[in-house]
Amino acid sequence: MHIIESGNVAAALGVKLSRAQVIAAYPITPQTPLTEKLSEIVEAGELDAQYIPVESEHSALAVCIAASSAGARAFTATSANGLLYMHEQIHWAAGARLPIVMCVVNRGVGAPWTVWNDHQDSISQRDTGWIQIYVNDHQQIIDTVIKSFRLAEEVMIPIMVCYDGYLLSHTYMPFDVPEQDRVDAFLPPYKAPYALDPENPANLNTVTLPDIRFDAQGRLAHGYMEIRYLLQEDMRKALDAASSIERQFFEMFGRGGDAFFELYCCEDADYIAVSMGSLSYHLRDVADLLRASGIRVGVMSVHLYRPFPASMIAQALVHARRIIVFEKALSYGYEGALCSDIKSALFHHGHNQARPEVLGHVLGLGGREIRTEDLHEALKHSCTTPVAHPDEIGWIGLKI
Amino acid sequence: MSTRDYGWSTSHSEPGPGDAGKTGSWRVLRPVLDPGACIPAKRNAPACFICWLYCPDGIITRSIPPTIDYEYCKGCGICAEECPTKAIIMVEESSVTKGKP
Repeated sequence: MHIIESGNVAAALGVKLSRAQVIAAYPITPQTPLTEKLSEIVEAGELDAQYIPVESEHSALAVCIAASSAGARAFTATSANGLLYMHEQIHWAAGARLPIVMCVVNRGVGAPWTVWNDHQDSISQRDTGWIQIYVNDHQQIIDTVIKSFRLAEEVMIPIMVCYDGYLLSHTYMPFDVPEQDRVDAFLPPYKAPYALDPENPANLNTVTLPDIRFDAQGRLAHGYMEIRYLLQEDMRKALDAASSIERQFFEMFGRGGDAFFELYCCEDADYIAVSMGSLSYHLRDVADLLRASGIRVGVMSVHLYRPFPASMIAQALVHARRIIVFEKALSYGYEGALCSDIKSALFHHGHNQARPEVLGHVLGLGGREIRTEDLHEALKHSCTTPVAHPDEIGWIGLKI
Repeated sequence: MSTRDYGWSTSHSEPGPGDAGKTGSWRVLRPVLDPGACIPAKRNAPACFICWLYCPDGIITRSIPPTIDYEYCKGCGICAEECPTKAIIMVEESSVTKGKP
């Protein structure tokens, strides 16, 4: 059924269709309408779940960690400083291998206070061991929430579904709400490998020693390093799992198709603009304008940011002359994280051929308006001017 | 040695003796019980057992006399501190193990 609703409602409906059993969240702009909608759905009896109001984001994720450890399908959502307040528990959820799904409604982080959109919040959580997926529209929000529960439970790694605050969370767009029975067929109930059980007590995530050890049953048990190695190994395996789940979703619902990225006019492109989130669709308009003036531009929108599908990304980009990365986040003192990751992917891939040049742009921090003409100017300049200072990032829309 | 077949991808501990390994090797001071001063041993009756009650690792038995499992005793000294008759004293582990492998 097609409806017209906000991005936050799309996320809430995805959680409802996924039959989440425990939802714990603390409201924060621009995530608030998502949690409000979920509490309404639970209160109305439309979803058989425990909605647990908590006093902080740290507690929200702690509740989800406990619920997931007890075998429940758990969901939370947050933004910006709320996400940062969770930080310790974010690492914990990944190390404890709990398949929690969290929507991050992207917002800039303080100081100074801002409630508007950029990607600094979730990008700053890149190295916590969570899978990160960035989506571009309302249909992708609802679909990705459903797919994420499936993927998280298959690889036992928590997932952040990241979408732009306001630009997606508060705008209205038509999207298809899949039928419950089809979602049920795609996403079976969660069966935890171990669920807290007084009849079979266990200590979870107890202290590990630097070396491996024999446990009480005489089995050779991991040390810290083996457990962390397995997280990395399973993260890399998650690339294949994400692909296969994407394929199954496409077969059942006729949408999606590539878990890693979306390409627009890239086959013959001399220049490829790379970004994440709703900005990717904005860039398509700019690519059309530039193509009309004879500059062959394509756009890559990265969906799966961690695990990073480096070789596939490099393969899709390596034929171009120049890659121009547009980011709403920055690793202060260097460049945008996505820009570094793209460079790294190309470095490993392009041994036997000329590698494309990679330019980084930062834009839209704290909700600074991204004007199509500014994007057009920046992309055109990046395509047509020799690169004088490849290490310098470009700032779009800066008024200093 | 490989932990590949462990079965868990986390740190997962089930009840049982010595899940952290033979923790007796951590011991610097060894509790030694003197049956001549120990209340249940002297009276031959199930009494006192304060050492058993206080041992944080559960390695002192509720028996006459109480016994200490040195494979897992970490030598924390709580039993010696709590014993009302000073029947348990802490001695240098090296003085006991000297000359032994």
